Amino acid sequence: MALIETRDLSRVYDLDAGRVVALDGVSLDIDQRDFVAVMGPSGSGKSTFMNLIGCLDRPTGGGYRLAGTAVESLDADGLARLRNREIGFVFQQFNLLPRVDALGNVELPMVYAGFSRRTRRKRALQALGRVGLADRDHHRPMQLSGGQQQRVAIARALVNSPSLLLADEPTGALDSRTANEIMALFQELNREGVTIVLVTHDAEVGRHAHRLVRFRDGRVIEDRRQTPVDARDLAPEAAE
Amino acid sequence: MRLFEAIRSAFSAILANALRSLLTMLGIVIGVAAVIAVVAIGSGARNLVDQQIRSLGANLAIVTPGNVTQGGARLGAGAASSLTDDDAEAIRREIDGVVAAAPFVQGGAQVVAGGSNWGTRIYGIDGDWFSAREWDVAEGRTFDPEEIRRGDIVILLGQTVARNLFGDEDPIDQIVRVRNVPFRVIGVMASKGQSAFGQDQDDVIFVPLDAGRRRVIGRNYAKDGSVGSIFVKFANESDIEPGIESISDLLRQRHRITAEQEDDFSIRNLTEIANTASASANTLSMLLAAVAAVSLLVGGIGIMNIMLVSVTERTREIGLRLAVGARPRDILSQFLIEATTLSTIGGALGIALGVGAAYLVAQLAGWPSLVSTNAILMAAGFSALVGIFFGFYPAQRAAKLDPIEALRRE
Ligand SMILES: Nc1ncnc2c1ncn2[C@@H]1O[C@H](COP(=O)(O)OP(=O)(O)OP(=O)(O)O)[C@@H](O)[C@H]1O
Ligand SMILES: [Mg+2]
Repeated sequence: MALIETRDLSRVYDLDAGRVVALDGVSLDIDQRDFVAVMGPSGSGKSTFMNLIGCLDRPTGGGYRLAGTAVESLDADGLARLRNREIGFVFQQFNLLPRVDALGNVELPMVYAGFSRRTRRKRALQALGRVGLADRDHHRPMQLSGGQQQRVAIARALVNSPSLLLADEPTGALDSRTANEIMALFQELNREGVTIVLVTHDAEVGRHAHRLVRFRDGRVIEDRRQTPVDARDLAPEAAE
Repeated sequence: MRLFEAIRSAFSAILANALRSLLTMLGIVIGVAAVIAVVAIGSGARNLVDQQIRSLGANLAIVTPGNVTQGGARLGAGAASSLTDDDAEAIRREIDGVVAAAPFVQGGAQVVAGGSNWGTRIYGIDGDWFSAREWDVAEGRTFDPEEIRRGDIVILLGQTVARNLFGDEDPIDQIVRVRNVPFRVIGVMASKGQSAFGQDQDDVIFVPLDAGRRRVIGRNYAKDGSVGSIFVKFANESDIEPGIESISDLLRQRHRITAEQEDDFSIRNLTEIANTASASANTLSMLLAAVAAVSLLVGGIGIMNIMLVSVTERTREIGLRLAVGARPRDILSQFLIEATTLSTIGGALGIALGVGAAYLVAQLAGWPSLVSTNAILMAAGFSALVGIFFGFYPAQRAAKLDPIEALRRE
């Protein structure tokens, strides 16, 4: 069973100016431990697709199952739970809370998961260590570089051990060197077993992914496997 | 605990906009301060009235000559009084529930003792005075019935008079002169303190009724045993109203007043007057409390306004929280707790300010004030309620936000 199964997934905006079909019947399966790069011209529906599979938005047509759960059937609380446990989202603009230090930002998903303060502290520190920022735990976003801020955001996305990491142009606001470091981090995380779907405009980045999906006008126009998903890594998660 | 953490993060959100938060709280601060101060001053006033009733003596009525309604003019000081010793005696004897009927005359007097000289009020009284006014001597003794009957020239001093004339000396058995009449001091009254109007009730002297009438106060009293007024004390509060009726009938009969004629006396229920004063003090505090409530309302609207602004400003934060797994109700409670924390801090500041104001009024205006724990608890509870009530709508707006729209908003 694939981690993500979309069937004819569509998202239509009814605007005063007319109907906009942002996503037009996308059927896609994504397996666990895959590393999928989503590419395509601007306005082709990449972000729309990401928001739908990230349960931030609701489709206007078609179906979507995440880890076997039919997402359409969930209410607001059910979606919140799914976002909390199964999905880690990394944004182009980092979206860190400005008044809270790195540790606090990483703790946030665990607050809503209902973990105790001590557990949160411990696991947030671990997550920060995983992205190489263990020594910046008490820095506020303003006191961190863009790359460091994005690492904090990645740590936050990882901290509840989600089955899926979604990143919509995570390096879009970073210079190329920092962007390469962040990409290296994603690859490392993928090797450790995290399923990643990542939107990028960078063909170089696209080449590093196991699979490349290209969008145009709300449809998938190309779906290419570049590297086989390592069968050994598909074994039950023993490392966790 | 989650609530504790939520309150802590509410604090940091409030501190992030300290000045704005302070200005927002101002309505609550002023409202609560007004409530606390008004209630404190109001209950101080009521306390004062109670104290006044107590210092006057409970269940008391006073019969005065003349009729207040007679052309609006009270009986002048020089006119003959219509009340007499015998009236008092008749009231004491014939009216049910009367425990004392104390006729008295009063006037101003200079008291001289050795080199000292003191101007004070003098009362000519009989033996019932002490029980009617619930007042006794602190030193020495009161008049004995013989002294009253004969009108002996003996005198009781109020504390203030005793202190001013004799200082630390023992005044008992000393001679003081009033209008050149040498009175022998037989006792010093217990202290009554200030009256409601700031009068020193201990600045007074007492002599037997006849001694006062004949030798000191004079005027028209001496002629026919007439008296200035009569205090009537009843056993129970319920005796007062029917008692006053009966006294009125009795005096009309005794004074041979025909059905068409007006009374030549008037009777006032002093306990009732005191109660009325207490009631109007109550009404006043209710009124001021209403004003304070309006201020609380305005403060609440201020909180609602600032919370709406805050929700708009922090739309992205809300979107992010939703994206990492906050449920709508988590967002709702976050903003509700923030609003409530804001209003409760305002309430706490208001309580401090109100207590301070009440204290200041007490100090500067000499007006007694009584800060009650109840008022403080109520104010705290109310300000929290204001936060919950006025914070609900903004919090609900925050909770209803769509995650993706909230994240996209700048
Ligand atoms: N909230 C919205 N209301 C109306 N139309 C929208 C909305 N969001 C997206 N669209 C439309 O949907 C289409 C797809 O948008 P989307 O953001 O998915 O593109 P994208 O592939 O992410 O582009 P980019 O590479 O520029 O980020 C666009 O034509 C856009 O105008
Ligand atoms: Mg996009």
